[in-house]
Amino acid sequence: MSDFAQHLINGVAAGTIYALVALGYTMVYGVLKLINFAHGDVMMVGTFLGYAVAQQLGYEHQSSLWGVLLIFLAAMAGCAVLGFVIERFAYRPLRDKPRLTALITAIGISFTLSYGFQLDFGPLPGAAPRAFPEVIAPREWLVVGDRAVVIWNWQVISLGIAIFLMVLLQGLVYRTRFGRAMRAVSFDHRTAALMGIPVDRIIALTFMLGSALAAGAGILYAIKDTAIQPLMGLYVGLKAFVAAVIGGIGNVPGAVVGGLLLGLVEEFVVGYSSSSWRDAVAFGFLIVVLLVRPGGLFGSVAAEKV
Amino acid sequence: MRSALAAVLTSCALALVGCEKKTSAPPSSAPSGGTAAAPGGTPGVTGDTILIGEVGSLTGSEATFGISTRNAIDLAIREVNAAGGVKGKKIELRVYDNQSKPEEAANAANRLINQDNVLLILGEVASSNSIAMATKAQPAKVPMISNASTNPRVTEIGDYIFRVCFIDPFQGYVMAKFAHDNLKMNKVAVLRDLGSDYSQGLADVFERKFTEMGGKIVARETYTKGSTDFRSQLTAIKRSSPEAIYIPGYYNDIGLIARQARELGITATLMGGDGWDSEKLFELGGSAIDGSYFSNHYSPDDPNPRIQKFIAAYKAAYGSVPDALAALGYDAAMVAVDAIKRAPSFDRAAIRDAIAQTRNFHGVTGSITLDEKRNATKPAVVLEVTKGKTKYVDTIAP
Amino acid sequence: MPAWLRGIMPVVIAIAVLVVLQLLLGDLPFFVYLASIVGVNVILAVSLNIVNGMTGQFSIGHAGFMAVGAYTAGKLSLLIKDVAIAGLPGAVSDQVQFVGTLLAGGIAAAVCGFIVGLPSLRLRGDYLAIVTLGFGEIIRVVVQNLDTFGRALGLSGIPQTSSLFAVWFCVFLVVLVARRIVGSTHGRSLWAIREDEVAAEAMGVDTTSYKVRAFVISSFFAGVAGGLFAHFVPIINPGSFTFVKSIEVVVMVVLGGLGSTTGAIVAAIVLTLLPEALRSLFIQLGGLGAGASLAQKVDQIRMPIYGMLLVILMLVRPQGLFGTREIWDMMPRWIPRPRRVT
Repeated sequence: MSDFAQHLINGVAAGTIYALVALGYTMVYGVLKLINFAHGDVMMVGTFLGYAVAQQLGYEHQSSLWGVLLIFLAAMAGCAVLGFVIERFAYRPLRDKPRLTALITAIGISFTLSYGFQLDFGPLPGAAPRAFPEVIAPREWLVVGDRAVVIWNWQVISLGIAIFLMVLLQGLVYRTRFGRAMRAVSFDHRTAALMGIPVDRIIALTFMLGSALAAGAGILYAIKDTAIQPLMGLYVGLKAFVAAVIGGIGNVPGAVVGGLLLGLVEEFVVGYSSSSWRDAVAFGFLIVVLLVRPGGLFGSVAAEKV
Repeated sequence: MRSALAAVLTSCALALVGCEKKTSAPPSSAPSGGTAAAPGGTPGVTGDTILIGEVGSLTGSEATFGISTRNAIDLAIREVNAAGGVKGKKIELRVYDNQSKPEEAANAANRLINQDNVLLILGEVASSNSIAMATKAQPAKVPMISNASTNPRVTEIGDYIFRVCFIDPFQGYVMAKFAHDNLKMNKVAVLRDLGSDYSQGLADVFERKFTEMGGKIVARETYTKGSTDFRSQLTAIKRSSPEAIYIPGYYNDIGLIARQARELGITATLMGGDGWDSEKLFELGGSAIDGSYFSNHYSPDDPNPRIQKFIAAYKAAYGSVPDALAALGYDAAMVAVDAIKRAPSFDRAAIRDAIAQTRNFHGVTGSITLDEKRNATKPAVVLEVTKGKTKYVDTIAP
Repeated sequence: MPAWLRGIMPVVIAIAVLVVLQLLLGDLPFFVYLASIVGVNVILAVSLNIVNGMTGQFSIGHAGFMAVGAYTAGKLSLLIKDVAIAGLPGAVSDQVQFVGTLLAGGIAAAVCGFIVGLPSLRLRGDYLAIVTLGFGEIIRVVVQNLDTFGRALGLSGIPQTSSLFAVWFCVFLVVLVARRIVGSTHGRSLWAIREDEVAAEAMGVDTTSYKVRAFVISSFFAGVAGGLFAHFVPIINPGSFTFVKSIEVVVMVVLGGLGSTTGAIVAAIVLTLLPEALRSLFIQLGGLGAGASLAQKVDQIRMPIYGMLLVILMLVRPQGLFGTREIWDMMPRWIPRPRRVT
């Protein structure tokens, strides 16, 4: 019974990170119909930015409240800028081209970022993994029985931050004018343009928002799993993309549900049966969902009208 | 009718090709269209430069290990050249990247042998890459010394292939003996890396030997290197309440595993192999790794001046303390140089014989003697991790 | 010349040319190995072009089918390597076994293509991308878990019965098939699906069936490429069939021009040989010393440069080198060209 609870906690922790990254994927897909392969690598850049800031702050300041805030803000701001640059120079010129072209560009950016960060000239970090500093001094928050289930303070704080970010996003998307414009563009960008919505600007802002979220997810990921290295974005990005598809790609609440579900399914399947099939679980789960609901859990298979 | 004719023609051609392949002589070690052909016919030696090759994973998933190895080999060659070279000639090192893939390792080996005409080849870390290279080096009769490939099959490819590290059957036995005899453990869980043949090999041997000694394996879980979340496997292991967990993986994963194990409330002792040896282990593992044990080739706090000199030189050149792969790389290079010095000529066959006769070579990773299977027989040490450093605990002989 | 000879002419010429090349160059191990790698990449690119180019789909898991072919062919070869076919000299028996394993590898991959393709080609295009990706990953996990496939170490000891002739004859075959598809009504249906799937469906083209067929043919050849690969690389392990390999093949197809067989061939050759050429260039430039370390630095920056090139290529010339044209569209008009249906 106790390990069920522990598995639940582990699954939720992993799932919230997938959810945050999946949100970025799904928002970008919604407005651009583009699978942004570079999203996971933007997360990686955010993590390294946070690492650099933490190193600058030094040991005493990095775990203070404003230190942590600074790390988050710096990473998110930095990635927002990166997202803007990528969208402006690599994706905007390809807006009307076939989607395979944009996919290739996304892959190119992904390779440039991840393998580029593996080099060790100049400011680039190099391939070796590093330990992200302990920005939240670890303390046990809840211990059940004889250490049968242990919950740490940083797990609770991370969950809090993740929920806060998701609620913020929810508010942004459903209660602001910008959110309305974003939804309009994802519905039909030509009509949205006719209605006077500055489509280019909305798309750029969506990108920046998604990238900032990814950076936040990256910092939370580094707090949870400690080790950061340049290729970390590739796998998290892939799993998050699977999560977004499971939830119905383009659907914002779907991404959150997809992420949480994926985290839980992975955790329970690995915990209760053979762990050597872990990497296949995510895709197996995806195929099962797609067979039953071809549009994803919340998506809809819209008939294409001509 | 037309396709039948085509089929007949094709099979005749294939038969012709098949016969032709069998009767053509295996490629000799003489250059065939190479760009750096040595004038006067001795492979690997041009004027007063000796060319040796290295193949390593400088990019891709194994990059951290490949770079470590290359750094150490480079250091060794520079030291040798600074001391005057070998028989009055300087050594030139040519390194090719294999992107962590065996087909590229074979390609790089081909290139070193046929185009660059090297005297011998050093490398690799991953056994599959070493097997790929050895399969090209053996028929071409080019000596090859692997620094860290532990699968027994590597040297079985032929008599030109050597290694300076232990093989899996020995190292797995070391920790099993230590756990059973020294730590008096009876219930051990095993957590192995599915993506690493080294880890699989050690885990298999450990399980077999430990059970033979009377112990019990209470849980078996796996992970894949490169993942960062091991909590579900650890929670499953916790269910079986082991006294110790044997994790024969690499330092970058071990650090995280240790942290997460302690987080989950697991108090079992952690044990591992030489893949743990790196200063990154302490960085990634923090205090979670204290009180763990692992088998290694040497102890960094061994006052032996040769070891300390190597550690200091590596640190000065590359800014970090060398890991086991670097130490082995250094020794592989030094064994090669020593063999070149002892060999009566620069002929590859003579060099091969000299390498085979390496006895009690005082390397950084211990006293290296190459046995008749061309593997290094040397005792292993067991180290304990305490507060960011390792402490020597015991030596276990083969 | 008589009709039956005219039909068989390409095969005869191909065999003759390849046999001559084999006899002349078959003894140069570096050349043969490199040429084999190039040949395998050409087969992969041309076969992927059938799905991504001619049919306009989004398959990014080609390495998975290559892996199925490689492991099937390799394992079979290992199992039958000590058995000779009675009545044939040893070497010929080996070659016959080799061909048999290639066919087995191709068929296994084609079956996988059918199983993966049928459900996913019914879904939206982007979903095919992720399912093919997932398929590659699942294959990798399956192989890593099974002792019979060597787990993480891989399969070694496979008889190295491949040759220059074998690899490039398969290249010839896949190009022949691709050309025959394009020039047929079948190909026209595929092209229609690529241009506008809804319109094609409205015109009576059973899109799902044609898409699946293209997918199966493409997977068959990927399997054959994998089988060839297993017979000249000393050891095969999951590290050779990763997602990155799939992407490299996709890049070759896109660089060459989606839909152009010539483009796929040229791009595959260029992209495979470029790193080798750069290595040689830097070593020649720098002599033995500095050049070698520069060549090594080049090896290290290869991947980020590759990434940047992709981005620049898509911005500057998204249709690739050849667009949808073939080599004879670019030659002067007075050279007779084959009659093309499209």
